[in-house]
Amino acid sequence: MISTLHQKLVEKELSCVELTNLYLEAAQRDNAALNAYVTLTPDTALAAARATDERLARGESLGLLDGIPMTLKDNISTKGIETTCSSRMLQGYRPIYDAAVWEALQAQGSVLLGKTNMDEFAMGSSSETSVFGGSKNPHSLGHVAGGSSGGAASAVAGHLAAFGLGSDTGGSIRQPASFCGIVGLKPTYGAVSRYGLIAYASSLDQIGPLTFTVEDAAAVFDAISGRDERDSTCSGAKEATLPGLKRDIRGLRIGVAKEYFEGIKGDVRTAMEKAMETYRALGAQIEEFSLPSLRYALPVYYILACAEASSNLGRYDGIRYGYKTSSSYESIHEMVCKTRSEGFGKEVKRRILLGTYVLSSGYYDAYYKKAQNLRGKIVEEMRAAFASYDILLAPTVPMTSFPLNFTGQDPVETYLTDICTVPVNIAGLPGISLPCGFDSQNLPIGLQLIGAPFAEAKLLNAAYAYEQAADMYRPAPFGVQFEGGARA
Amino acid sequence: MKEYELVCGLETHVELSTKTKIFCGCTTAFGGEPNTHCCPVCIGLPGTLPCLNRSVVDYAIRAGLATNCEIAEISKMDRKNYSYPDLPKAYQISQYYMPLCQNGYIPLSNGRKVRILRIHIEEDAGKLIHERGNTYIDYNRGGVPLIEIITEPDIRSIDEAREYVEKLQLIMRHIGVSDCKMQEGSLRCDVNISVRPKGSEKLGTRTEIKNMNSFTFMERAMEYEMERQIDVIEGGGSVVQETLRYNPDEDITESMRSKEDAHDYRYFREPDLVTIHVTPEEVEALRATLPESPIDRQARYVNELGLPEKDASLLVKYKKVADYFEAVIEGGFNAKPAANVILGQVFRRLTTEEAKEAFDILPTPAQLRELLEWLEAGKIRMNLVKSAFEKMLDTGRPAGDFISEDDMGGLDEAALRKLCEDSIAANPKAADDVRAGKEKAVKALVGGVMRAAKGRADAQAAEKLLLELLK
Repeated sequence: MISTLHQKLVEKELSCVELTNLYLEAAQRDNAALNAYVTLTPDTALAAARATDERLARGESLGLLDGIPMTLKDNISTKGIETTCSSRMLQGYRPIYDAAVWEALQAQGSVLLGKTNMDEFAMGSSSETSVFGGSKNPHSLGHVAGGSSGGAASAVAGHLAAFGLGSDTGGSIRQPASFCGIVGLKPTYGAVSRYGLIAYASSLDQIGPLTFTVEDAAAVFDAISGRDERDSTCSGAKEATLPGLKRDIRGLRIGVAKEYFEGIKGDVRTAMEKAMETYRALGAQIEEFSLPSLRYALPVYYILACAEASSNLGRYDGIRYGYKTSSSYESIHEMVCKTRSEGFGKEVKRRILLGTYVLSSGYYDAYYKKAQNLRGKIVEEMRAAFASYDILLAPTVPMTSFPLNFTGQDPVETYLTDICTVPVNIAGLPGISLPCGFDSQNLPIGLQLIGAPFAEAKLLNAAYAYEQAADMYRPAPFGVQFEGGARA
Repeated sequence: MKEYELVCGLETHVELSTKTKIFCGCTTAFGGEPNTHCCPVCIGLPGTLPCLNRSVVDYAIRAGLATNCEIAEISKMDRKNYSYPDLPKAYQISQYYMPLCQNGYIPLSNGRKVRILRIHIEEDAGKLIHERGNTYIDYNRGGVPLIEIITEPDIRSIDEAREYVEKLQLIMRHIGVSDCKMQEGSLRCDVNISVRPKGSEKLGTRTEIKNMNSFTFMERAMEYEMERQIDVIEGGGSVVQETLRYNPDEDITESMRSKEDAHDYRYFREPDLVTIHVTPEEVEALRATLPESPIDRQARYVNELGLPEKDASLLVKYKKVADYFEAVIEGGFNAKPAANVILGQVFRRLTTEEAKEAFDILPTPAQLRELLEWLEAGKIRMNLVKSAFEKMLDTGRPAGDFISEDDMGGLDEAALRKLCEDSIAANPKAADDVRAGKEKAVKALVGGVMRAAKGRADAQAAEKLLLELLK
């Protein structure tokens, strides 16, 4: 997709301003149905597009991402552009600095169409905890786009952008990519700078691309990964992923942990089995093995993520920026209480309370400390698997997209759907979701591949081979449709 | 009434004088227009991340080494969560589980030691300013690096508490990690205090007095609190564990919060920062940069240079003064006259603590040394040294500009005898008084000799000779 648009620009089939206007018009038209964008940024977009056109006019050679229309999730800071985390708490907040990834993409000449919808502060699996309402699935408007990067997935799958950046703390890139039938890459923790990403759970958060193709994911990953002095936990990627993307995968060792398949039924199971067949046909070896500590992954994730969130979200007090209560108050304490009670939604409050509880004195050892220890065990076990396997294969989500308003009913039931995505975040590994079929309702199914730390090149290589062999792409009827489709 | 003993431990916050803040590149300069020494990181804007300034670690290690601490090869940062408007992230990045320095001590002059439990690094908060019924926040101080030095409850008297803080201040200034100005808040103490019957081993219930920012207030607060606790116990009650503040206007301690209201800081590992590794080689390299400790230095001045205790402590109190003094006497030169000139002529001019601390004077140590060499060689007398040095302080010019060849030479016995005889002849009344037993009258005759000798004569020698002549 990105290289197709790149060709169009370079061959002057259309100007970047024309291309950008196509997307802006489509976004204005179709966002009512999809609710993918929370903010459109036509001025920023057209200024960048004109700059691209000027470079073309001067005869300069364009980088792959130059002039490509894209989106940022609304928790990625953009100087002067409202960044809300889809929360009432940050409505009207305009950062005074740019996130590192946005700096990197600006340097490439990318065109920002707007900011995408998400679950409030990235907490949720459907984008429905957003103060702006949920994003819809372009393959079925009666279903959610997933979450928390639901807007990013909806915009890309609905052809309202060529690619988007999301963030993934427990599956928030991979799960909506799976639900919307596109590619979502969660990089190794520390491959991409988090500077400017509004934190949910700092030890788990990672920014990554949502794209139509694996090649696009590789191109965006190569552009945004790299060491950043401003993020001490970011050492950058080890190598570029594009050069080795199309290598033959014969002899690739794929491990399938049986714990990932417990309770996986019906269409999803069938799709997984087919994917394994495809890999065998490509010359990969598939072997089943066991990761016993995976059974702790979900509680470990919710304890650690909520603990960190309770601390990260303490700063929203109405004093310096963002929402402040409009009712009267007698003291600063009362003002902060009212502001936080009114500014945060239900799911955010639930996780702040949970996190505060597991860190409080008397409970710390039983919850937080125990979860930390178990995290160590999961890390050890998962990393050890890469002594025997190049890649692990699993479903991204045990099911396909939820019907609208499903997740609001039972939070614990909803948490359980993260079972296959959270281990990757706990262990800091790279993971990718790619389309591997459709269920009986024509909803996309996602295949998850997991790599060793900083082995994005191998991971994307394996994903590319499958993508080319299986060809599971189906366009959704929205947005900018080019001849030959978005996968061209 | 039983006799009670004080048991006290101190938690001292010392602001480090690194050029930039602990987690960003902003200046640490004191003051400035409110909110001008700030950036997205130190005001905790969403999405910002801290980045540890390694020189803070180095400064803290030097502080640890200077107070005899062990330095941890691995230490970590933690979050201390609490909500207050001067803390823009609603957590302070500190060290709780694995501090940088542990198990040190500071020796007291009475031979006892105050053990240091730990020293950790952390960030300072901003400041609330209450003005015209409104509250404003200044985040300039937010993110300035601090070390917190926590002692064991080893202090047994208010004098010991004062000496500990003074020694700590002296050491930190000497190694150049902090200016330790209590009035500017770059050294602040929390005092943990309890009392127990003398001879008892059991610790009493303690209270904590927060944020002492002067020695006087610290002493007064301790005195008040000690008596208050004794009164409670003597009255049959028991001391309640609580956090107090000292009210200097009424000279009392007041409750801030009780144990039940104590904050639950929900400490946990700071996920935005990586583990701090310190190699033994790095520690040794930092140890090599440490100057002689002021405590050792003072002892050396007394024991090896023969200076009085008071002079030694005054010289050592200001590092630049002691360094200047040592440059003057380098190579075993007579220390006493050098100390006299510095503590006399120079200190008379440098009236404030700041001026002494800065010790900004015109003559170089070499220039003072030249002057003192002439004294040592017997060429000139102390009174001429002093008057010449005053002029050197005024002008910065060398001693030779104020002392001529004539002045040097001094007076031989015969010349002095001649001047004495002249003085007696010129003042027969005084001479008669001395002969009649009024020895004080000799001062007038000495004055005559000194005037005639134009400063070259030694007053003591003249007096001795005059008395002999009038016997």
